Amino acid sequence: MSGTKPRTLFDKIWDSHVVDRMEDGTCVLYIDRHLVHEVTSPQAFEGLRLAGRRVRRPDATIAVVDHNVPTDDRRSGIKEEESRIQVETLERNVAEFGVPYFPLLSPQQGIVHIIGPEQGISLPGMTIVCGDSHTSTHGAVGALAFGIGTSEVEHVLATQTLLQKPAKNMRVAVEGRPGPGITAKDIVLAIIGRIGTAGGTGHVIEYTGEAIRGLDMAGRMTVCNMTIEAGARAGLVAPDDTTFDYIKGRPFAPAGEAFERAVAYWRTLPADPGAQYDREVTLQAADIPPMVTWGTNPEAVLPITGRVPDPQAVADEAAQAQMRRMLDYMGLTPGQKLAEIPVDVVFIGSCTNGRIEDIRAAAAIVRGRRVAPGVRALVVPGSGVVKQQAEAEGLDRVLTEAGFEWREAGCSMCLGMNPDKLTPGQRCASTSNRNFEGRQGPGGRTHLLSPAMAAAAAVTGHLADVRELA
Amino acid sequence: MQPFTTLTAVAAPLPVANVDTDKIIPARFLKTIKRTGLGVHLFDTLRYRDGEERPEFVLNREPYRHAEILIAHENFGCGSSREHAPWALLDFGIRCVIAPDFADIFHNNCFKNGILPVRLPRAVCDQLIEDAQLGGNARLTVDLARQVVVRPNGEEIGFDIDPFRKHLLLNGLDDIGQTLQRAERIDAWEAAKRAEQSWLPPVKVA
Ligand code: SF4
Repeated sequence: MSGTKPRTLFDKIWDSHVVDRMEDGTCVLYIDRHLVHEVTSPQAFEGLRLAGRRVRRPDATIAVVDHNVPTDDRRSGIKEEESRIQVETLERNVAEFGVPYFPLLSPQQGIVHIIGPEQGISLPGMTIVCGDSHTSTHGAVGALAFGIGTSEVEHVLATQTLLQKPAKNMRVAVEGRPGPGITAKDIVLAIIGRIGTAGGTGHVIEYTGEAIRGLDMAGRMTVCNMTIEAGARAGLVAPDDTTFDYIKGRPFAPAGEAFERAVAYWRTLPADPGAQYDREVTLQAADIPPMVTWGTNPEAVLPITGRVPDPQAVADEAAQAQMRRMLDYMGLTPGQKLAEIPVDVVFIGSCTNGRIEDIRAAAAIVRGRRVAPGVRALVVPGSGVVKQQAEAEGLDRVLTEAGFEWREAGCSMCLGMNPDKLTPGQRCASTSNRNFEGRQGPGGRTHLLSPAMAAAAAVTGHLADVRELA
Repeated sequence: MQPFTTLTAVAAPLPVANVDTDKIIPARFLKTIKRTGLGVHLFDTLRYRDGEERPEFVLNREPYRHAEILIAHENFGCGSSREHAPWALLDFGIRCVIAPDFADIFHNNCFKNGILPVRLPRAVCDQLIEDAQLGGNARLTVDLARQVVVRPNGEEIGFDIDPFRKHLLLNGLDDIGQTLQRAERIDAWEAAKRAEQSWLPPVKVA
């Protein structure tokens, strides 16, 4: 397979997982890790049951509940009936099919894309899937990780493979060093602003360049997480010493001598010199300011120093109409300064920015300040482990003393499926990944930004340039 | 899965780009543990206001209430991986979506449910949208075997499709059954991989 042609990281992972190839190029691709959650799996398990099939590799599968779960007083159970049924259905399914499971009350419970890397379940060189588009997050460890639909979840449960055609290779290089106060979130929002929400369609994006190398694993996960918002199938960062240091000692990772053998293999994964990409985009890190979205898709993004754009300045009629609809939904006026837009709610959490590093960044801004009057601010750790760590560092006290709510792990206000929702018209500064209409609750208005920027919005009561608070 | 062969039906024009899966089926309807019954919530926020139908939305108007084809603009189905999006379309009665391009996961999910996604250039989509706007007598035909869309005036427009997927769709075949025919290959491949990567521990919780 290897031949002489230099290969990319994606090519290497792909080639090493092809079990069979059909005439038209469709491959039977082996899947190393399958993550399962309550929303996209019930119909898949039902399908297995109806066909009398079993789960082929329970020892390559992990299940958790995250989307539906309340993030407060969960010991009293889930009040909302449909949510409870979905959680109970997963619990019945994992028991029946013998799938490993992190129950709601275990500290290992958390958002599926936080716990994979955190537990050392997601490792370099693997193929990883989950019935969830933000599976791209796990690409930060140097794995080919992508979201699938429920029929494919059933396919993986039954066969441990997927039918797929290879993606094209795209490289996004972020060169140089970012300025002070600039985070992974700003970098990825700038990338999406540049290439657009369909800019990566059909491609797997490998992120390279000094600014990416310089990110810690949490930052790389933030970047890979939002890759799907650029339409790409998956995001990747080549594994390096930062990756190996992160993985070492994690509960499900290889240990001791096995770890050394694993690292030796992982070191062979980065792209060969001269490997070709179908598309290349380069950004200069120094040009990236703190970013915030103003519209209802993630490419509608601008520097915090900017103003709400004017549809009249756009020539294309359809684009102009779309922009008007966005401004109307968002309740914004062209020309309005972004840094003066007042917010009602601040949400810090999600699989994009719910890791300990994100909570530290928010706490650093909040320390010694108070949440502005009238603003509801929530911090929702991405997992029970993140929550414990933050509490051990005293970050929960910094945040609660400033007026934040400190909650249990889950998807929370990232999407309107659990009790944490926006009410119609409410405006939210959110560290999540999607600002679609109604995403955080019907009629809710979302501005995506980094945890530090969200903290700045919480203490000032409006979108604000974090560099002025640092 | 129901096979897809040819379809002659009313097409609903939806000239909007980036129709995301939250628009197709908002998250609050994902709590079901079934595949059926989502049709009433298809495009919920566009379709209803305070529980009442919005008369201006295309699927609330005749003849489009009975549409089986939907024509849209770029990047249809972007956003989440929820298969509830094609399930909702199917439950409403949509068997074919025509657009300049689709988000990858949504595109995949369509095939698993007997929905045919057809990629055609934007200018062609716009022409078909104009046809669709003529109403009930202006039906479109989609012929998968011949890979053509037939306009009401009889003009035929060819489209591309993956041969393997076409085969599955035409015959209503389930992927899992196809893959399990290769079970021995998977077994052998897996055994070799386990030997090679003996450093990898299994996922096991106490
Ligand atoms: S945090 Fe949001 S984006 Fe991430 S898995 Fe949960 S709902 Fe999806």
